[in-house]
Amino acid sequence: MFGKLTIEALPLYSAVALTGALVTVGGVLVVAVAITWLGAWRSLWTEWLTSVDHKRIGIMYIVLALVMLMRGFVDAIMMRAQQSMSLNSDGYLPPEHFDQIFSSHGTIMIFFMAMPFLTGLINIIMPLQIGTRDVAFPFLNSVSLWLTSAGAGLIMVSLVIGKFSTAGWTGYPPFSGIEYSPGVGVDYWIWALLISGVGSTLSGINFVVTILKRRAPGMGLMRMTPFTWTALCASLLMVFAFPALTVACVLLALDRLLGMHFFTNAHGGNMMNYPNLFWIWGHPEVYILILPAFGVFSEVVATFSKKRLFGYESLVYATAAIALLSFTVWLHHFFTMGSSANVNAFFGVATMVIAVPTGVKVFNWLLTMYRGRIDFHPAMLWTVGFVATFVIGGMTGVLLAMPPGDFLLHNTTFLVAHFHNMIIPGVLFGYLAGYMYWFPKAFGFALDRKWGARSFWCWVIGFLLAFMPLYALGFKGMPRRMEHYDDPSWQPYLLVASLGAFVVLLGIGCLVMQLYVSIRDRKATADVTGDPWDGRTLEWATSSPPPVYNFAVLPEIRDREPFLDMKERGVAYQRPAAYQDIELPRNSFVGVALGGLAFALGFAVVWHIWWLVVVCGLGMWVVLIARSSDDDTEYRLSAAEVARIEDARYRAMGSRT
Amino acid sequence: MSVMAPERETSSDAYQQRALGFWLYLMSDAVIFALLFATYATMVANTDGGPSGKSLFSLSNAALETVLLLASSTTFGFASLSSRTGNRSAVLGWLLITFLLGLGFVGLEIREFLGMIRAGAGPDRSGFLSAFFTLVGTHGFHVSMGLTWILIMSGQVFLKGLSVPVTSRLFRLGLFWHFLDIAWVGIFSIVYLPGLL
Repeated sequence: MFGKLTIEALPLYSAVALTGALVTVGGVLVVAVAITWLGAWRSLWTEWLTSVDHKRIGIMYIVLALVMLMRGFVDAIMMRAQQSMSLNSDGYLPPEHFDQIFSSHGTIMIFFMAMPFLTGLINIIMPLQIGTRDVAFPFLNSVSLWLTSAGAGLIMVSLVIGKFSTAGWTGYPPFSGIEYSPGVGVDYWIWALLISGVGSTLSGINFVVTILKRRAPGMGLMRMTPFTWTALCASLLMVFAFPALTVACVLLALDRLLGMHFFTNAHGGNMMNYPNLFWIWGHPEVYILILPAFGVFSEVVATFSKKRLFGYESLVYATAAIALLSFTVWLHHFFTMGSSANVNAFFGVATMVIAVPTGVKVFNWLLTMYRGRIDFHPAMLWTVGFVATFVIGGMTGVLLAMPPGDFLLHNTTFLVAHFHNMIIPGVLFGYLAGYMYWFPKAFGFALDRKWGARSFWCWVIGFLLAFMPLYALGFKGMPRRMEHYDDPSWQPYLLVASLGAFVVLLGIGCLVMQLYVSIRDRKATADVTGDPWDGRTLEWATSSPPPVYNFAVLPEIRDREPFLDMKERGVAYQRPAAYQDIELPRNSFVGVALGGLAFALGFAVVWHIWWLVVVCGLGMWVVLIARSSDDDTEYRLSAAEVARIEDARYRAMGSRT
Repeated sequence: MSVMAPERETSSDAYQQRALGFWLYLMSDAVIFALLFATYATMVANTDGGPSGKSLFSLSNAALETVLLLASSTTFGFASLSSRTGNRSAVLGWLLITFLLGLGFVGLEIREFLGMIRAGAGPDRSGFLSAFFTLVGTHGFHVSMGLTWILIMSGQVFLKGLSVPVTSRLFRLGLFWHFLDIAWVGIFSIVYLPGLL
């Protein structure tokens, strides 16, 4: 009846694991009680969970990302604590638990923090920047959100029922095969990735079609904002790279479930095929994460330097070049696997070539700031901090790109320091810059500057303290993922790294404080014009938050910085003579239903509850077929209603100025 | 669907967007097939002392499968042509023939798979057989999904007629069905022919 699931699956075996489970369950209960207390279940369901509005879906993605950021960060600080104390001792975590923590930390930060964060930012902003009313497939957008949430749910459930994978976030066989990992951990990992991966592929398709087909009249490709360009390139990468992750995970699942021999030691398996498949997805994934962040930096730097972006076209070509090259470097993740010298050399050179377009972008940002009137808004602080620290990561990356160097540094903490140096300043600082830059657009009031700046300083100092010592430790030969060690000369570095993690914790605290203070003072910082930063691009032309239809009349685009152009021509905020009816997509519960069924399906496969697998699979089919036969998925907002919403905005603006 | 003139403009945009979106999905599916082909190519010799393609494959079976699938693509083409002229019963007839040909293909494949498993050459026998069953089975799974889709679309054509949304769905089903043909040509030339020659 319950497959492999027994009472043994509860984490009663260790106090630390039990605490984790209780915190998870307690957190869910607190949220549920809070919603009940506020009497908000109905409005949560009708206005948010079933919404197909790109702005609301984007906000839900970012909420998911921030929650998972907390979870992933708890993992990080637990690892730092363990390594600080485990010189010639067991520390406080047994090896198997420590291994689960580094596996879930990586998995969560990549798939359930970074991916939802970037998908959320693209969702909220890209349609506004290209002047359209929604993405091409609003319903599919909701499905993507709920599939991603289903994957995140599986990861969280593994804290309470059963254990998570100990095979690292990359899950290399043969260790992740059934012979060496007979538990459910790897299965949780596989199915969380597969389900959310489908969501990401669908998001990619959705964004590509939206950008290619739904731009406002007059917006040629070379008039798109840098953020939209990076969103387009990242989305194309999602469409073409995520299938590789699907294949890698499915083949591993077939090995584990049906006893096949893709990656096994014996019977003709070829475990070296797995890293190839995994990194054919994994390397483009790095650029899926970072390109949208580059887009944010490009927007922020132009707005807060009060200058047109320097070298727009070179930045666009550099983005496209990076997207293309990202498919040609995957082998640099396993130079030590033993390919011939020529193969390694090819991938080493290709890797170094990627540094060139990235360098071009650094000059774009620097020269935009040059002689600009810079406003050090927190979004700009993240940008400047990014440029300064990211260059270090870029240089260590070029070091690692040389196969002989990589042979010495492979799987040491030098590598850990390198990719955190790319992903924290490059990706996370970018998303946080975007969060602080676009927050007023999404919610109608701005975030507090003081707490934003404090958070930035804590993050950047904490980051440097946490990861610079790991570069040094890598040179000293410390392998990554060590549960305990016996070299006393390593410990001082690890203590500094723990201090860094603690400073980052303060940075996260400042983010929470910033949110609290800003919500408290929201009346004072309300954004009535919709244009709090004297913006240049189209998203600032509409109100904050934008009405459900974004633009009452679709704007005509005449320039690369359309809103600045409108302001200069004196046609911004002009009330059109008449409005027209607007067709909008209806909300749908089907996205939530598919997400819920996918979650149950994943859970059932993990625990071999086959009847539930069949039930959920059929359920998904029925729901999909019913939805696909529905021709009536839109409703019409009348011109009078549009006029009422727009006039209210004009009145609010008039009373303020 | 009674739509006024200016709105038809926007709805035809919407169908174009769906077509592009479906093309992108197919390209992404093509990457899945490409990687399964590559995996098969690297594992074809990993028979672990067990049977190889030479002793397992039957050229006549593969040829018959090819004939059925290619013929079904042709008959689907006729269904598409009939939908343009608005001939509902012809569309239904051609869809039925396509369905039967596709069903025959899947039947032959299942028979082949069962025969191999009975002979002790199942997917858990060797790396080569894992790759074979997964590649060919993935294609067969797609064809089965296509068959279900043909049934659903037949129901929609029967109940709703050849309305604009139904015709656009039929168009995307056509893309899917022809795509599976192309994937099969790859399987025939990379799996069966080199295995037997």
